[in-house]
This record gives sequence, structure tokens and C-alpha cells, in this order.
Amino acid sequence: MNHELPRAAAAPVPVLRLGDVLLITLQGDLHDGTAEQLQRDIAESIVRSRVTGVVIDISGVEIIDSYLGRVLAEIAAGSRLLAARTVVAGMRPAVAITLVELGLTLPGLRTALSTEAALELLAEPADRPHREPR
Amino acid sequence: MSGTAAGVDARLPIRSDLDLVWVRQHVRQAAAAVGFGLVEQTKLVTAASELARNTLVYGGGGEVTTERVSDGRAAHGLRLTFTDRGPGIPDLEKALSDGYTSGDGLGLGLGGARRLVHEFAIDSTPGSGTTVTVTSWATRPPRPREELR
Repeated sequence: MNHELPRAAAAPVPVLRLGDVLLITLQGDLHDGTAEQLQRDIAESIVRSRVTGVVIDISGVEIIDSYLGRVLAEIAAGSRLLAARTVVAGMRPAVAITLVELGLTLPGLRTALSTEAALELLAEPADRPHREPR
Repeated sequence: MSGTAAGVDARLPIRSDLDLVWVRQHVRQAAAAVGFGLVEQTKLVTAASELARNTLVYGGGGEVTTERVSDGRAAHGLRLTFTDRGPGIPDLEKALSDGYTSGDGLGLGLGGARRLVHEFAIDSTPGSGTTVTVTSWATRPPRPREELR
């Protein structure tokens, strides 16, 4: 466990560009202000870099509460308005179990088990009809 | 009294969103020290984060105390008590229902936190503040599974 969290938590999260995709890796415990700044940074980076996809790697995130869950959903919704698709990658099993019990199932959020799988998902054509669960 | 990295019993202030990071970190360490498994740790830390945020946003700040509890036999647990001197909650029943919020949140805070812990109690007096007490046990007592919404 990272014992220097407050310092690390206050630092902005790097947004990397990988071809047509922005790659963001979240680590440890996110300060609320950092999460909001990330939301702005991603929106600005999408427009500036003309990317069509956003991958947020959360494999290093130990908890998602309703605040961070809402920020992730808003990042995805904002990216969609800017013509980019968002995939949240690598959610820990304990986090998924907790989110369901919390009542936050984030139906609009696309997920993948790894960053690699997320990039494959984004490489598929965007206009493929979405399969509804039966 | 303030929290130490190794200790379980502590009193932590909730005055800023940076304090929320400290609360989560302390509850995680305390739950691990008491013997919680990873999923139960994650549930308790998430509940603590929701309740600490309520204390900060709706209660105008306050504090949380954490203490190790025992049932006198083999079971050990962790009790968290969140206290604020804010405006209080006029309608508790309504505040505990999903979707209800007096702020700009999702309204999952209280009801969601209640589902993530084993015991939940709330005491609120309009005009003088709110105290929320939650307890979870490292060895979980049997309980009926609630219907998945």
C-alpha cells in the first residue's frame, strides 16, 4: 500500500496519447479535486489531439465510491459528445462486487478486463449495432 | 488522539476532501489489522468514503472515530462513528432511500453505505447534527440475501 498517498493524490493524472487513443492510468486513492481535473484534462485532450477513444486503466484503484463512479460516468458521457468512445479497463473483482452492492452499476460505461482488451474493443468499428441483452 | 499507521482505534477529522483520502486509508489499514478479507475491506472502505463525504458535504465537516469491537467470543469487527454538528436530516426514511439527495450527488450515500456494512444506525436531530454508526465483522454473521435490484 502506498503510504505517500496525499502527495501522490494531489498530483495530476498523466494523460498519454497512443495513436487514436488517450490512455489514462489511475493509481491508488484519488483526491476529489484530482478526479475533477482529470475530467477537464481528458475533454481538452480529446479535442486537441483529435483522438477517437479513451481508455482508463483502473487496475490500480482499490475503491470506487459513488463520487468517483459518477466522475467516470461523466468522463464517458463527455467523451461521447466529443465523438470519442471510453472504455474503463481492469476493474478489480472486489471493486465490482462493492459497486453492485452500493447500487452503482454504471450501465452506460463500457468495460474491458485489461488495457489490451480495451484497445481491441476500440479498434472495432464504432457504428456496429449495439447488442442489447435479451 | 489521532490515527497511527499501525493502530485501529483512532479519531480523524473530516474537514476537506483530502481528509477523505486519510479516512479511506486508515479504514483500509484498520480493517486489514482486524482481519477483514479483501472484499469486506473494500466494502467497508467504500461505505466509509460515502459516509465521510456526507459528513463533509451535508454536515459541514465533523469527525470519525474507529474502534475495534468484539462480540465476547471469537468475532472481531470494526466500528466507525461519523459525527457532525450540521443541520441534521429531517426525514431519515427518505434520506435512506436510493435516489434521494439534497445535494448534487447520486443519492446513494446513506442507503448504499447501509448495504455495504453489517450493522447501521443513524441518529439525527434537525438543527444539531447527525451521528452515523456502522459496524462490520471480520467473520460475517449469516444473513438473508437481499434481492438484487
